[in-house]
Amino acid sequence: MPITYTSGEQVEVYRFSLPVTIGVPLVALIIQAYVPKYVPGFAVYVDLPLLVTIFFAMARRSPIAGLFTGAIIGLAQDMLGHGMIGLYGIAKTVVGYAASSLGVKLDLENPGARLLVTLGFYLVHWVVYFTVARALVNMRQPWSWAHGILAGVVNGLIGVLVYFFLDRFKQRT
Amino acid sequence: MESVLGRYRNLIILVGVLFLQVLGLAIQVKTGAERETRLIRIWAAGVVTPFERGLVWVQTSSGNLWHNYFYLRGVRAENRQLKEQIEQMRVEQVRLTEDAAQARRLQTLLAFKEQFVSKTVAAQVIGTSGSDLSRIIYVDKGENAGIKPDMAVITADGVVGKVLLAGPNEARVLLISDQTSGVGAILEKSRLQGVLRGTPNGEIVLERVMADEQVQPGETVLTSGGDQIFPKGMRVGTVTNVSNGKDLFLNIQIKPAANLGRLEEVLVLTEKQERQVITEDHGRVRAADILAQRLPSVPDKPADPAAPGSSPDATAKPGTPNTVAKPNNSAANIPAGAAKNAAAKNPPNGAGTAPPPAAAKTSAQTTVAQKPKPVNSVAATETKPQTAQAQTSTEPAIVEQKPAIEPKPAPTAAQPEPQVPPQDNSPQ
Repeated sequence: MPITYTSGEQVEVYRFSLPVTIGVPLVALIIQAYVPKYVPGFAVYVDLPLLVTIFFAMARRSPIAGLFTGAIIGLAQDMLGHGMIGLYGIAKTVVGYAASSLGVKLDLENPGARLLVTLGFYLVHWVVYFTVARALVNMRQPWSWAHGILAGVVNGLIGVLVYFFLDRFKQRT
Repeated sequence: MESVLGRYRNLIILVGVLFLQVLGLAIQVKTGAERETRLIRIWAAGVVTPFERGLVWVQTSSGNLWHNYFYLRGVRAENRQLKEQIEQMRVEQVRLTEDAAQARRLQTLLAFKEQFVSKTVAAQVIGTSGSDLSRIIYVDKGENAGIKPDMAVITADGVVGKVLLAGPNEARVLLISDQTSGVGAILEKSRLQGVLRGTPNGEIVLERVMADEQVQPGETVLTSGGDQIFPKGMRVGTVTNVSNGKDLFLNIQIKPAANLGRLEEVLVLTEKQERQVITEDHGRVRAADILAQRLPSVPDKPADPAAPGSSPDATAKPGTPNTVAKPNNSAANIPAGAAKNAAAKNPPNGAGTAPPPAAAKTSAQTTVAQKPKPVNSVAATETKPQTAQAQTSTEPAIVEQKPAIEPKPAPTAAQPEPQVPPQDNSPQ
């Protein structure tokens, strides 16, 4: 059981049942695809699959599990769009790996820390996405720091609520 | 060696997974993403869309229950408003029918081929891509309903996009606001052509219009048909802003006619045909006959030998000044000779004539009062007495034809127009 830098105490490593492992990312993808039908701005500011990736990665505290979780969710998100498959996959793989690695070292159970971590990982996600999109695929994506930070804050606030809900599915190892 | 691998195991796996994905991207870039990943995308959509379809069904059912059984406030007012709207549209329809008939005749003359939509499939929007970088929607009909890639998708308001990929029971539609879409477009008034494209932030711009052209905000944008996907003349949107762009082209921003952010039902054009324009052939119809049908009829009267001048025809005497009615739009195209003949059949009572006999005046007024005439009725007529007598003697009485749609009565040649000054255009 790893020890955190923040509290010096041992942190819990959680696992999830198979239905939750499959069902929660699937529900996140469905909501992400369904809600913009009624709220067009939802897809612009909210990335539920990213929040789920961060949550699972931080709770499991296993970098390998985190990166695979991120890769699968990201690739699934790519498949629902019409762009190149792998853009979200690469970005979420990096985020999953980083969130798990951070989760091993930091105690991320309180809402404030979760908000900041989600904001940070949202920016990491977009930096990776835009870098790959421009460098490898030659996509014309405009970058806006204001939009990135605003969307990061929105995701952080929604993430705190989502994490609070998903905490119920955690199982101690 | 083993210790190094164990120590950096996580990092090595991360690099390996990233490398595989980069490799996949490279393959897609080289070979084309859509073709290589078609099956994967259909499977992904097959997993997600059934849930979305279920959500749509639940939402629609509950919405119908609410609207059909509980929430009926305002229905009466809405009904009244719709009835008024129908009346306005009926009047408009009369005008459009005339215009369309004229356009068809011209197209026939020029051997034009017209493209028309022969079959559509209505589909419900069940989801989106969930990403603002990929502006696509999913609809609940696919190959089983006859939907195939590159079919146009529209709403009653305007163009929506085209089918990108069709699964068995769902289809992926690329919106015109996506940055990879392109629609051949034409400006309605200036007839300038360009290419409609989406931008990364979801706006729509019309490209390839030279900077020296004049484009006004508010102008309507239609499909040009040049892309072979959308039939010509479908409404796309309205120009909202015009500015100078790069490379000598204008930057024209368009507001889409269809609300792309809130689509619920769409139509997929599954079949369109091209055919030679054929106008309905009723034999050789003389303009005089057309005019005669539009003019108010004069009821047959028993001949009164005692008063030969009481017949309307008798009022047209050589040298009688012509009757000039209010100018109208349709009569400008009618040959003068035809107008003369028609007018002679049914001589109008106008200010230019000598005071008409009471019987004739009454007849004309009664006819106008009884039967509303189409808006596009005769405007300017000339009286030619000789022709009038000949026509009257050889042709049967004109039978009143009630138009299928009866618009509001408009001033016609038969109405007395005392304000118009007399003009002497009689044959010398």
